[in-house]
Amino acid sequence: MRDLAKHCRSNASESSIKGELATSSLGFPASFSQTIPPKRIITVSELTGLLRSSIEEQFSDIWLEGELSNIRAPASGHVYCTLKDKTSQIRAVLFRSSAIRLHFALQEGLQVIVRGRLTVYEPRGEYQIVLDAVEPKGIGALQLAFEQLKERLAAEGLFDQDRKKPIPAFPRRVGVVTSLTGAAIRDILAVLRRRWPALHIVIVPVQVQGEHAGRQIAEALIALNGLSSVDVIIVGRGGGSSEDLWSFNEEIVVRAIAASHVPVVSAIGHEIDITLADFVADFRAPTPSAAAEVVVPVLAEILDRLRELKVRMGQVMIRRCASERQRLDADIREVVDIRFRLQESAQRTDDTVDRLHKMVQQLLRSWREQVHEVQGDLSHLNPILAIKQGLATIPQFSKRLDGQMGVILAQHRHRVHATLAQINSLSPLAILGRGYSILHTTPSGRVLHRAKDVEVGQELEAQLASGRLNCIVTRVLDDSSV
Amino acid sequence: MAAVKFETAMARLEAIVGELEKNDLPLDESLKIFEEGIRLSKNCLKILEEAEHKVEVLVQDKNGKKRIHAYSLDDEADGPFP
Repeated sequence: MRDLAKHCRSNASESSIKGELATSSLGFPASFSQTIPPKRIITVSELTGLLRSSIEEQFSDIWLEGELSNIRAPASGHVYCTLKDKTSQIRAVLFRSSAIRLHFALQEGLQVIVRGRLTVYEPRGEYQIVLDAVEPKGIGALQLAFEQLKERLAAEGLFDQDRKKPIPAFPRRVGVVTSLTGAAIRDILAVLRRRWPALHIVIVPVQVQGEHAGRQIAEALIALNGLSSVDVIIVGRGGGSSEDLWSFNEEIVVRAIAASHVPVVSAIGHEIDITLADFVADFRAPTPSAAAEVVVPVLAEILDRLRELKVRMGQVMIRRCASERQRLDADIREVVDIRFRLQESAQRTDDTVDRLHKMVQQLLRSWREQVHEVQGDLSHLNPILAIKQGLATIPQFSKRLDGQMGVILAQHRHRVHATLAQINSLSPLAILGRGYSILHTTPSGRVLHRAKDVEVGQELEAQLASGRLNCIVTRVLDDSSV
Repeated sequence: MAAVKFETAMARLEAIVGELEKNDLPLDESLKIFEEGIRLSKNCLKILEEAEHKVEVLVQDKNGKKRIHAYSLDDEADGPFP
């Protein structure tokens, strides 16, 4: 908008020049008549040269409005095009040195206001306008450049939401890319210090407007990314015209922000100023002060929060302990109760045991009495008594036995004597006593019954009633031979 | 690193308080995380107390060498970077 206003002012100031041009062009043939003598034949080159100097002199600085067409941009960097309106056209050239100062791209059909000088291209005898500046009509050049670049970078996805990195809640080190002379740095430092008085801030001073600003800002971002442990970067400047803020629309800056590993908060101008850096930043703060607020929390609040959390933890634990204590008390009561019941039971048990003991004693006593009784009964049946009684009868029996035995013995003795006398009478010895002898073979001692049992010459023994005789058989006389 | 430590410590502390307030952990578990919470809050406080305020300026000299020096108001000539 500012651009347009400027152009309006410029146009207004040019109107007087246009007026002069108009009058001088009326006198154009007159000047020819002065410089070329009548009837003098001149060459094409001379004519062209004359036209050229005349045109260049009179149209040295004009403003022209028209539509761009036939745009050609060869490798030389010069741009050629045609400016036209409904009925006429003029060739135009934008030399490289001017072309590179353009912020926006020339487009077919674009309505432009240009500033330049007329010249004649002698080899072709064509007049053309050499452009110094081109402004899009309706919107400013910067605005158009902004739209064009924004469209291109958006198509690349540089402004996508899912590219945005989260801003750390508690940064320790904050990088700031801005000018040291502006109000922005003061605002940022003041807010940072007020909110979080224990912060490590690294400022990278850069120009924030002018030819070198874009490159410096981009390199500052790269440098901060190269430092270790920078948690977040604020990049920005204070308010200014849209030209002043232009550096933050430069592609090199947008790309450097996009490439930053460290989250970037943009803080450019005022709330209403939006640059491409704002689009690509991980967070867009409306002003430098706001950026500082976004970047750090209020230390006092965090301390409060810490205290609150600690208090809440304590309260929870106190409540918890109280309820556990209650439960414990209930448990203890129950335990006491149980102990009481146990003691009761123990007492009852003691009683019972006591009673049992007494009962057992009683039982034992009665049993013992019964045993005594039975023992008394048994004593009558004691076998020892019987034995003793038996033993008492033994001498009596023995005496009787003795008497009886004497009689029996005398009888037997008598019978033995008689038998012995009988046996004695039947003994061979007794027979021998009557003059008989017994013949035995020797040495076998066999008693001889038959003569034929011995042989002549055999020795025999003859037993007599007293002593023995050894005899030799001289002849055997068998009964049959007698 | 400290920033990350502080952030995670704070987050853990918040989680612990939430967990304790739900009151559905066994007592010994509760005591355990309560102790952790107390420890965390002490650590957080310590980190905050130990952090120092420091403002530095990073500049690049003609040879492309980067230097960091303390910031003072005298720095306010727009030291071009680089």
